[in-house]
Amino acid sequence: MNTVCVVGASLAGLLTARALRGQGHEGRIVVVGEEPHRPYDRPPLSKDFLKGAIGEADLALEGEGGEPGIEWRLGVAATGLDAPARRITLSDGGTLTADGIVIATGAAARRLPGTGGLAGVHSLRTLDDARALRADLRAARRVVVIGGGFIGAEVAATARELGLDVTLVESGPAPLAGVIGPAMAGVLAGLHERRGVRLITGAYVTEVTGTGRADGVRLADGTHLPADVVVAGIGATPCTGWLAGSGVELGRDVGGGVLCDEGGGTGVPGIVAVGDCAAWYDPALGRHHRIEHWTGARQRATVAAATLLSGGTARPEPARPPYFWSDQYDVKIQFIGHPGEADTVTVEEGDPATHSFLAVFRQGERPVAVLGVNQVRLFTRWRRHMETAPVHTG
Amino acid sequence: MIPACPLVSLPRGEALRLDVDPPIAVFHTDDGEIYAIDDTCTHQDASLADGWLEGCEIECPLHASRFDLRTGEVDAPPAKRPVRTHRVVVEDDVVYVVPSDAPPNLPPGLTLKGRP
Repeated sequence: MNTVCVVGASLAGLLTARALRGQGHEGRIVVVGEEPHRPYDRPPLSKDFLKGAIGEADLALEGEGGEPGIEWRLGVAATGLDAPARRITLSDGGTLTADGIVIATGAAARRLPGTGGLAGVHSLRTLDDARALRADLRAARRVVVIGGGFIGAEVAATARELGLDVTLVESGPAPLAGVIGPAMAGVLAGLHERRGVRLITGAYVTEVTGTGRADGVRLADGTHLPADVVVAGIGATPCTGWLAGSGVELGRDVGGGVLCDEGGGTGVPGIVAVGDCAAWYDPALGRHHRIEHWTGARQRATVAAATLLSGGTARPEPARPPYFWSDQYDVKIQFIGHPGEADTVTVEEGDPATHSFLAVFRQGERPVAVLGVNQVRLFTRWRRHMETAPVHTG
Repeated sequence: MIPACPLVSLPRGEALRLDVDPPIAVFHTDDGEIYAIDDTCTHQDASLADGWLEGCEIECPLHASRFDLRTGEVDAPPAKRPVRTHRVVVEDDVVYVVPSDAPPNLPPGLTLKGRP
C-alpha cells in the first residue's frame, strides 16, 4: 500500500494516521480536514475552554514538532467518493486517489430548525463554535440551554460557573437520562439544581423567539423563557453525505453511519471508517453501534489501522465497553458499559447526596455498567474489571 | 531526600501519593521495582496514583494516556508532555524520593501552590 488518505483531521483521523505509521506503513499519508485547524481536542470546548481557563494552544492534539511525514490538506472538504477507484473529490475542485482510505469525517451538530438567521443561537461542536459561544456568553446575562445530553449539561454547568442565569430544558426526565438511565440521572439533576440551574424536564421547545437576535425560547406549553443566548445541544449526525452513491454502505438504523465490521472495515476493500461517523459491528450487542465518545475514537484508531494494513485479515481484540467522562462543576462523572441491559442499579460506595459515589448496574448478577461520581480510584478498578471481563454475546 | 513510606506499606501493584508541591506518586510494580513520578497528569488535573498500573506504565484514570514510569514519556493524547521522574532510594526498608530539579510539566490552568 503506497498512499493512504485519511478523510477527517480530528482525534480519530490523527490517531489512525499515527497508528498507520506505528504499524509500519511507510508510504504517503494525506490527511484531509474540512476545518482550517490542525487536530484539536474537543472535550474542553464545553468546559475549560468555554470558561476561559485554557487557551487554543492547550487544545492541540499533536506534540511539539507535529506529526512527521503527514501531508495536510486543511480547509478542504471531501465532497464525493468513487469507492471502486478509491478516488476522493475535494471541495477545492481537486481529487485524491489513494490505495487505502480512512473515513473519519465525524459528526455535525444538529441545528435548531428555523433559527438560521438569528444571532445568539449556538450549537457547540467545533473550535469555531466554541469561540463564538465564548464571546457571546461574555456579554450575556440569561442563557437557555436546550437538551440535557453531555453538551447541554456541561454548557449549563460552565455558564453557571461564569455567573450567568441558566435554564436547562430537557425533553426526558433528567439530563443524561438517555445515557446513564433515569435513576442515576435524577441524582445528578440535583447537582444542577443545587448549583442554581433552573431545570425544566419533560419539555419541548417549539420556537426560539426574537428578530435579528434571539430573545427567548417558547415551550410547547406556552411558557416563554427569556434569553440573551440560546444553546442547542440536541445531538449530532454523522458526516456521511459525501459518501452517497459511493458504494460504501451507510446504515439507516445508525443515523446514516458507515457500516463496518468489528475491525472497522467497510464493505469495500481498502476502505475503513473510524470515529463518530462509523458504526462498527459489536458482537456483544449483536448489532452495529455508533459510539460518539472520545475514548471509542482513540481505541478504534489502532484497530482500524491494522484492518487497513492487513487487508482485513487482522483479528481485532474484542471491543471494550464504551467509556465516557463528563466534568460538571467540580464533579467528575465517569461511566462505562451498557446501562440499557441492566435491571438493577446499586450504590456501592459513598452517598449520592454528597455527589461522591459509585453505582453498579447489573443484569441479574452480572455487572453491565458502572457510574463513578468523584470516585476516581475505585472507578479505575471497576473499569479494568469491565474491560477485561469476558465478552457477553447474545 | 523525602521519606515516602516504609517498604512494607507499599505492596506490589500499589501506589502512594506524596502531598508535596507538586505531588509525587510512588509506584511499586508487580516486578518489584519502585518508581517515582509527578502525580499529576500533564493533560488535566488527575492523580496518576489513582490510575491503572500495568508493567512499567501507569494509565491516567480519567482519559487513558499512559506514562512510562522509567522515562515519564506519554504514549498518546490527550496528554502531550511527559511527567518528571524522580530518583528512588530504599534504605533500611524505607522508601525515599529524591525530587528532580527539572521544572514540572503541570496541566494547563494548574500552578505550583507557592507561585502565582
